[in-house]
Amino acid sequence: MKMRAFALRTVKEISRDKLTVLFGLGFPLIVLALLSIIQANIPVPLFEINRLAPGVAVFGLSFVALFSGLLIARDRCTSFLMRLLASPMTAADYIAGYMLPMLPIAVLQSVVCLLAATVWGFRLSLNTLACLAALLPAAALFTGIGTMCGSVFTDRQVGSLCGALLTNLSAWLSGVWFDISLLGGAFEKVARILPFANAVEAARAASAGNWSALPLPLANVCLWAAATVATAVLLFRRSMRRN
Amino acid sequence: MNAIEIKSLTKRYAGVTAVDRLSLDIPEGEFFALLGVNGAGKSTLIRMLSGLTPATEGEALLLGRSITREAAAAKALIGVSPQETAVAPNLTARENLELMAGVYGLPDGAARADEIIAAFRLDEIEKKAARTLSGGWQRRLSIAMALVSGPKLLFLDEPTLGLDIIARRELWAHIRRLKGRITIILTTHYLEEAVALSDRIGIMSRGRLAAVGAAEELIERSGAASFEDAFIALAGEGAVES
Repeated sequence: MKMRAFALRTVKEISRDKLTVLFGLGFPLIVLALLSIIQANIPVPLFEINRLAPGVAVFGLSFVALFSGLLIARDRCTSFLMRLLASPMTAADYIAGYMLPMLPIAVLQSVVCLLAATVWGFRLSLNTLACLAALLPAAALFTGIGTMCGSVFTDRQVGSLCGALLTNLSAWLSGVWFDISLLGGAFEKVARILPFANAVEAARAASAGNWSALPLPLANVCLWAAATVATAVLLFRRSMRRN
Repeated sequence: MNAIEIKSLTKRYAGVTAVDRLSLDIPEGEFFALLGVNGAGKSTLIRMLSGLTPATEGEALLLGRSITREAAAAKALIGVSPQETAVAPNLTARENLELMAGVYGLPDGAARADEIIAAFRLDEIEKKAARTLSGGWQRRLSIAMALVSGPKLLFLDEPTLGLDIIARRELWAHIRRLKGRITIILTTHYLEEAVALSDRIGIMSRGRLAAVGAAEELIERSGAASFEDAFIALAGEGAVES
């Protein structure tokens, strides 16, 4: 009951923020459109829509981290969290109330992205549902990253520094815009260890029905997501004590 | 019965004693104002009583419930209106009230919101997003949110800070209506606010209670001509008696 009331508030706060909606839904679509236009003029295998759309969907999830982080940081920086902390809600209520609503928001964002991609020829099939399912661990990962940032930084820091870092990290290390094997070396090794490129590969594999290519990258993302969420919970609890 | 019984409550941060062996009883239904200069320990005391900061030593009972051993039960009895306006900005005034009813686990949130909207005359702004409200309306909403759970104890931390005189007087009128119905602990820097609203005033200095009493008693005790002079005499350097 308490968690439900709080989770509903999270959904309303995020869905009623026009900038959030504009960036969260609009920006990935602009990227999709731009790269598809480039693809139409200078065909590149990487930007072929059935490879591109799952990648852009992962990139879009970095905005979920931003929304989550901003909301928590704003609550901390105003006295709103103090008001809530004086209520009988438990730590689990807070964490679930902040984090769980981000999953349906992430799914909605991915659905919009993949549906929009049909304009440029993305094929919808049962595999699309598998792709959405494969995006869930990435959604949990980005929600965890957002919760970590929101628990540590101020709303300004989350909006500027973390926003820029996150979107760039997920852009450069994900392999959406370029093939990371082309750079090779340490960059490729780091990118293969981190979850961003793995999230893209898992989404692409599920979308293409290439099941043998799915387990390894998906396992990588699941492990990172679990570690990130656990760290986020610890950091949030620490910020509760400090507030 | 005492609404609040504080027994030698102490809070130490690294090397600094913010609240020092403070003891105080506040009877049920009393409007108690807590005054003190910046750093006197008012906010730390309120934070301990409202379960936001653990005490280093000592104990406090809220209507018989220990803030250390029965924190959840004690929290269910209180409402807190923080110093800054603490509202969810993208929710309407009504949704803010229903949210607070929800986080206190009350099943009849809409009915509670109806009651509070009527009591605080919030009907004209109930459907407006909180971020669009003026400072005065936001403060009124903030206090209303602290009351929606039907608390027995209300902590008001600087409720009129930054408001113009009209908005402040309007808020005073709303706060006055609560007098006697619940126990209220007010912290404020506005001395006239404490005098106008409270039954008793506690003056804190260096983490300890320098004096407690009705405004007239404190003036008499200090031998000052006004409450402001009495406050300066009681809250100033060396005011605390051991």
